[in-house]
Amino acid sequence: MENLPSEGPGFFTSKLEAAVGWARKYSIFVYPFVTACCGMEYMSAASGHYDMDRFGAGLPRFSPRQADVLLVVGTVSHKIAPILRRVYDQMCEPKWVVAFGVCTCTGGFYDNYATVQGIDTILPVDIYIPGCPPRPEAVLDGLMKLQSKIENQKQTLWGSR
Amino acid sequence: MTSDAGNKETKSMLLNIGPSHPAMHGVIRLITELDGETVVAVDAEIGYLHRAFEKSCENSSWTQAIPYTDRLNYVSPLINNFGYCAAVEKLLQIEITERCRYIRVIMSEVSRITDHLTCIAASAMELGAMTAFLYLMKAREFLYEIIEDVTGARLTISYGRIGGVKADLPASVREKLKDALQKTEKEIHEVDQLLTRNRIFVDRTRDVGILTRENAISFSITGPLARASGINYDVRKAFPYFAYDRVQFDVPLGERGDNYDRYLVRMEEMRQSIRIIRQCLKDMPDGEINISLDGNTMTSYDLVDQAKLGYTAGLVNVVSTVEPTLEGTERPFQKRVMTDEKRVALPNKADTYGNIEGLMNHFKLIMNSHGIRPPAGDTYFGVEGANGELGFYVASDGKDQPYRVRVRPPCFFNMAGLHTMLEGYMVADIVATFGSINMIAGELDR
Repeated sequence: MENLPSEGPGFFTSKLEAAVGWARKYSIFVYPFVTACCGMEYMSAASGHYDMDRFGAGLPRFSPRQADVLLVVGTVSHKIAPILRRVYDQMCEPKWVVAFGVCTCTGGFYDNYATVQGIDTILPVDIYIPGCPPRPEAVLDGLMKLQSKIENQKQTLWGSR
Repeated sequence: MTSDAGNKETKSMLLNIGPSHPAMHGVIRLITELDGETVVAVDAEIGYLHRAFEKSCENSSWTQAIPYTDRLNYVSPLINNFGYCAAVEKLLQIEITERCRYIRVIMSEVSRITDHLTCIAASAMELGAMTAFLYLMKAREFLYEIIEDVTGARLTISYGRIGGVKADLPASVREKLKDALQKTEKEIHEVDQLLTRNRIFVDRTRDVGILTRENAISFSITGPLARASGINYDVRKAFPYFAYDRVQFDVPLGERGDNYDRYLVRMEEMRQSIRIIRQCLKDMPDGEINISLDGNTMTSYDLVDQAKLGYTAGLVNVVSTVEPTLEGTERPFQKRVMTDEKRVALPNKADTYGNIEGLMNHFKLIMNSHGIRPPAGDTYFGVEGANGELGFYVASDGKDQPYRVRVRPPCFFNMAGLHTMLEGYMVADIVATFGSINMIAGELDR
């Protein structure tokens, strides 16, 4: 017992937090906000060949209120940007955002008047998946990075804020 | 409820569908006026994926516009590539090689199949047929592997070049393509059995979303939509380009112009595309390459090293081997797939580094404000895209940048006629009809 830290969260809380992290990491419900080309690779990644379901992210939820992860797939123009922000605001905590494809990361090669130069200008982004469009392997890599982020972060439990 | 029960007057309701709606493929907003569950009026608001394609082209060189065309109709990017290249070639009045014509036809048709697969998969999924979606995605994956083998990328391929294509087909692709087509055919057959006589599918699509022949013509709708309404117009037949006049294929036509006919037309077009590819593989000139690459080769970096030291005398006949992504662009291959017009064709690596003419040619095409310079003038070239006639109107003022690149996106006209297919039907039919139209926001909003 002397190995346990005397300060900070107790034994029970930290174990509980690890368990919640483990559970959350494998029960990702994504909201695919598909706007453009990257949607094709999202479809590839989600179906048989690459099978995102192996990582517990197989069921897309098309209602933001039921989703944990906002997957922004494809170019975000200035016209769609307010809608994207509204979808994000409608999601419940805990929530994460994945920027799928280079257009959402930085604007990509659409450096022009119509395109938002990276969605991190309008909402916080957790994982960036570069590529134009990213290969399904890259998508899965990004997903695994998101999983480890979910697992290792401080979990918001009931009552603890 | 008001007190007078005899008053049957109803009020119509305004309902927005989209822009963020799973059935609105990408981003479009349908502003619908409903009377109960019946659609009274529909207006489509577009522009949510406007990416300034045409303006970007005006600020790039003629070659730099090619990657932008990939992302117009991102479900069948190869057709866009070749359409743009063919328009510029027409402006420059240059001919492409015979083998290149066949390669363009093969790759266009592969792209067309992927497009129809995606369309049917997505629309079937929206009607609840998840199995069909997964099977068709599986088939699409076989074809993506072929596209990756040939072009180096799965989706945004930039394979077309003004005056040819980037590289010759790899040696192994012939067998792989045959194999992939066979597997795709099997999946299509399987989905055919799952959907074509499926009671639920037929009930949702038969006599729903009818596009009349007159409406199709008056909204200048082309492609599978128009053909499903019985209009016998296919750019490949009407104005044959590349090698389409040398292959046999049928143009499937529908009778009623409803969702089910559109589905059947797309299924049959995929089979016809497979037929075209098989003929092309058989007829394509210069099947095997007989020049040995082993006798007189150098790796490209050795070639560059020697050329930089000035020992270029012996390099004229050397063929350089290039890194895997550039495979098929070596000198013997290039002759087969690129025009020999020095105005547009980049020299191969061995020539660029091996002799001064190649170096100058390279320089003239690559450096800022040199580049490809079509003569002043304008032209239009239309190809049969997966959704209809995809036209490029290019105008040049003799400079190295396009003066104007205007696209005739087939989806734009489909969307113009959308309301005639939705009005009078139920709200739930919007999903079925919209899926069968295959709206691609990339080319709709450009």
